[in-house]
Amino acid sequence: MNTAPLLSIRDLTVSYGNIKAVQGISFDVYEGEIVTLIGANGAGKSSTLRAISGLAPYGGTITYRGVDLRKTAADKIVALGIAQVPEGRGIFGNLTVQENLKLATWGRKDRPEVERDYERVFGIFPRLKERRNQLGGTLSGGEQQMLAVARALMSRGKVMLLDEPSMGLSPVLVREIFHVLTEINQAGTTVLLVEQNANMALRVASRGYVLETGTLTLSGTGAELLGNPRVKEAYLGG
Amino acid sequence: MTYFLQQLLNAMQLGSIYALIALGYTMVYGILTMINFAHGDLFMVGAFLCFIAATFLKLPFVPTLLLSMAGVALLGVAIERVAYKPLRQAPRVSAVITALGVGLFLENFTLVFSPYPQHVPALIANRTWTIGGVSISSLQIIIILLSIALMIILDLVVRRTMVGMAMRAISWDKSIVPLMGVPLDLIISITFAIGTSLGAAAGTMYSLAFPVIDPYMGILVGWKAFISAVVGGIGNIRGAMIGGFILGGVEIMVAAFMPSTYRDFVAFGLLLILLIFRPYGILGKPRPQKV
Repeated sequence: MNTAPLLSIRDLTVSYGNIKAVQGISFDVYEGEIVTLIGANGAGKSSTLRAISGLAPYGGTITYRGVDLRKTAADKIVALGIAQVPEGRGIFGNLTVQENLKLATWGRKDRPEVERDYERVFGIFPRLKERRNQLGGTLSGGEQQMLAVARALMSRGKVMLLDEPSMGLSPVLVREIFHVLTEINQAGTTVLLVEQNANMALRVASRGYVLETGTLTLSGTGAELLGNPRVKEAYLGG
Repeated sequence: MTYFLQQLLNAMQLGSIYALIALGYTMVYGILTMINFAHGDLFMVGAFLCFIAATFLKLPFVPTLLLSMAGVALLGVAIERVAYKPLRQAPRVSAVITALGVGLFLENFTLVFSPYPQHVPALIANRTWTIGGVSISSLQIIIILLSIALMIILDLVVRRTMVGMAMRAISWDKSIVPLMGVPLDLIISITFAIGTSLGAAAGTMYSLAFPVIDPYMGILVGWKAFISAVVGGIGNIRGAMIGGFILGGVEIMVAAFMPSTYRDFVAFGLLLILLIFRPYGILGKPRPQKV
């Protein structure tokens, strides 16, 4: 955790009509970290990620490597190195697994590297290699989540934003996905993870923040938050 | 039998024109779930650009065709940017009303410059061959082969290229597409450019086959092409092609074997019956629920 943060959020607000989903939050993500935002449904977690990816209008500032992202279009934000694995996975069901992966390389010019990345991604997720010619819509929930993470890898994200990767998955699959996330992180990708499954998220996270009705109420290392009585009571089932 | 084969050839000619126009409706519907009701009028503008290129610029067929396609593509992209893009988040019905308005604008704009019907010069040397009693004209061959070639190219673009892949992704869920690093507006513009230029190609060929053109020529042809797209399964590219040929075939055959005033009545009646049994069209599928 040295020098300037990779991603810096200052006084972020996100509103939908009269509803203020995010009410002025500030936090930083440093290179190499896994940072998690935990909170209940409707706390503003997804809105925060949507703002960072340029999908939702916002107040405040978001800077990436010192560059203000306000004027950057969503597709250019991806090219800068911020990939998002969206809520509900966002797999294109009418495209094959291979096509889903290929589409994510849209902004890349380094074709030989792309070929190597397919091999890398298929190495991490051998199941996707078996199903590469199958339509995305025919995959199981867990496979779709793997494909969503694989796509983010194919776009060469330096920061990966994940919106509830555990949603709708069995405990075994959740553990598998989180295991892959820590491996990806160790290989050099910074991770910003939004989760309702606070237990799993805090175990893998270097640092965490608790988001409640649009404001950050607690912060600390993953271990600190896991041991915090308030977190235990509200998010870890006592 | 030769009479039937002759009519089949005529049906291919009309069907390929309907199919080309239907593709424009279905492509725009596929990515924006809106019916571009100005599309028939863009077909008309294509015919008028053909007339201008052939009459005033004295261009031969191929440059005329390309000029018409390029001009209408630019117009289509401009219309999307100015009239439809601001309404992307609005209820779909607003966009449809706007499209009808754009169509009326195009008709009346053309009317200002051309209050009377215009005659399009013959750009293709008329030669006719008779094979087994069936006569084939050079124009018919060009219309059918060119249309099929354009459709094959389009099919390859949509199935094999990155742009085509992006179009298919948009038709599934356009909110996710920017997260892939794909510029949504660019793909939508490319879709409009391709769809409207196919309509212009149809307009050019139609005005060579039926060389008297007027600003309202796009209305009925546009409706029929729209119905072709629905019959094939709106949003489905191969469906639009099939639907175009079916409608062209039914129309020609009805006129050939029944009193010709029955043509639209029988054609549309058959299509209504088809839609009762296949409400999503021939190749259309009910959209799977997204989880």
